[in-house]
Amino acid sequence: MAGVLATERTLPGFSFENCKRNSTLLQQGFKPPTAQKTGTTIVGIVYRDGVILGADTRATEGSTVADKNCSKIHFLADNIYCCGAGTAADTEMTTMTIMSQLELHRLNTGRPVRVSTAKQLLKQLLFRYQGHIGAALVVGGVDVTGPLLYSIHPHGSSECLPFTTMGSGSLAAMTVLESSWKPDLTEEEGKVIVRNAIAAGIFNDLGSGSNVDVCIIRKGSVDYIRPFDIANLKGQKQNNYRFRRGTTGVLSTRIIPLVTESEEIKKTEVESMDTSA
Amino acid sequence: MHYNSVIEEKLAVSTSIIACVFDGGVALGADSRTSSGVFITNRVADKLTKITDNIYCCRSGSAADTQAISDIVSYHLAFQKAETGEEPSVATAAAVFQELCYNHREQLTAGIIVAGYDKVKGGQVYNIPLGGMCVEKKCAMGGAGSTYVYGYMDSNFKENMTEQEVKKFILHLLALAMSRDGSSGGVVNICIIDGQGPPRKEFYIGDQIPKYGI
Repeated sequence: MAGVLATERTLPGFSFENCKRNSTLLQQGFKPPTAQKTGTTIVGIVYRDGVILGADTRATEGSTVADKNCSKIHFLADNIYCCGAGTAADTEMTTMTIMSQLELHRLNTGRPVRVSTAKQLLKQLLFRYQGHIGAALVVGGVDVTGPLLYSIHPHGSSECLPFTTMGSGSLAAMTVLESSWKPDLTEEEGKVIVRNAIAAGIFNDLGSGSNVDVCIIRKGSVDYIRPFDIANLKGQKQNNYRFRRGTTGVLSTRIIPLVTESEEIKKTEVESMDTSA
Repeated sequence: MHYNSVIEEKLAVSTSIIACVFDGGVALGADSRTSSGVFITNRVADKLTKITDNIYCCRSGSAADTQAISDIVSYHLAFQKAETGEEPSVATAAAVFQELCYNHREQLTAGIIVAGYDKVKGGQVYNIPLGGMCVEKKCAMGGAGSTYVYGYMDSNFKENMTEQEVKKFILHLLALAMSRDGSSGGVVNICIIDGQGPPRKEFYIGDQIPKYGI
């Protein structure tokens, strides 16, 4: 409000103006906007030559499907990928942050980064934020020690497992993994199990849906298949329900000629008055 | 929101853990259940965590908190070992654990038992419960399941047991705790540290775990 005389200068530091406004609004019963949560099914398994990660592709905003084909398998390094469940923005930002840190680490050390390094960076970041970063992750990759799979919870705890699942559909997916996972699976068997686990989430959990994405990480190569499977294909209509021309018989015909009346308005220039004396 | 409750609940290592001294070293034992609310997120968790070559700890409480503390203590002890060239003592490890647990007692949910072997004092067990107290004990228990088996511990624990005896004691104690406590279960993990070579870890599954009652 300084006006023309002095230039307006913003004060340094945080502005807490909106805190008071927000609390007043809250008291008056205003609902603050909520972050987009990915009610999700994500899984990861270890098979003979590597790991397979899988995810559904639904993002929700309350009970609305916000995105029908979002990508939940994130890149961390050439040999490490990461599935994210929880708050979409948080999973995206955490994986991006760690991705850049891992790349710098790779350039500094001159060797491919280890999966346990990625796990440790992620869990330390999440622990620092005491669960306020709502990211539940499944990290999988192949490094010098072989195939590795970790699950990381939003509060910063991690575990190393041969098969794991997270997100709201994890209960459904875990039933499939618990009944069909075994050591030393082939790639084909592994892909089927991951697909079935995600499909279980898609069909039995409201927060999960749409397609199945799969990412296979082997020693030295990665296959990111998106979509791997479309679980809900729209059914083909058995019949054409449109009426053919001539289905209704013509009983009589009457032609009413249309009389058009037209009116034309012409604009004429106003004559200027002669004002010369 | 409702269907996210499973992943939003803080992970708890709801546990039965025990560590005790025996003739020649220490033995640690734990169940393997990690749960989030009513959902078991890991049925084969390893709650016996390595701190240095000859010091381990049993974790109970919040998984995130205890893992973070263990990581920090391992870092400090590895650093001390690198500087002095000597194996850190169990008392030092316990002191570092206590420092962290006490100073952050308002923010942490961590009940930890530190056990290990060093050349000076042999096998030792330190119990660090929720408030950050630290007591040296011959036998310490922790976690929700332990409340059911204090009587068993008091009547069956003896000092100077052999390795076979101590393993049997821990296995039976944990079997009892796991059968009565809903938040404990899975397999039984036992770790023996006696300074003779690296610690020996073993686990007992299914039929190998004794059944009591019906």
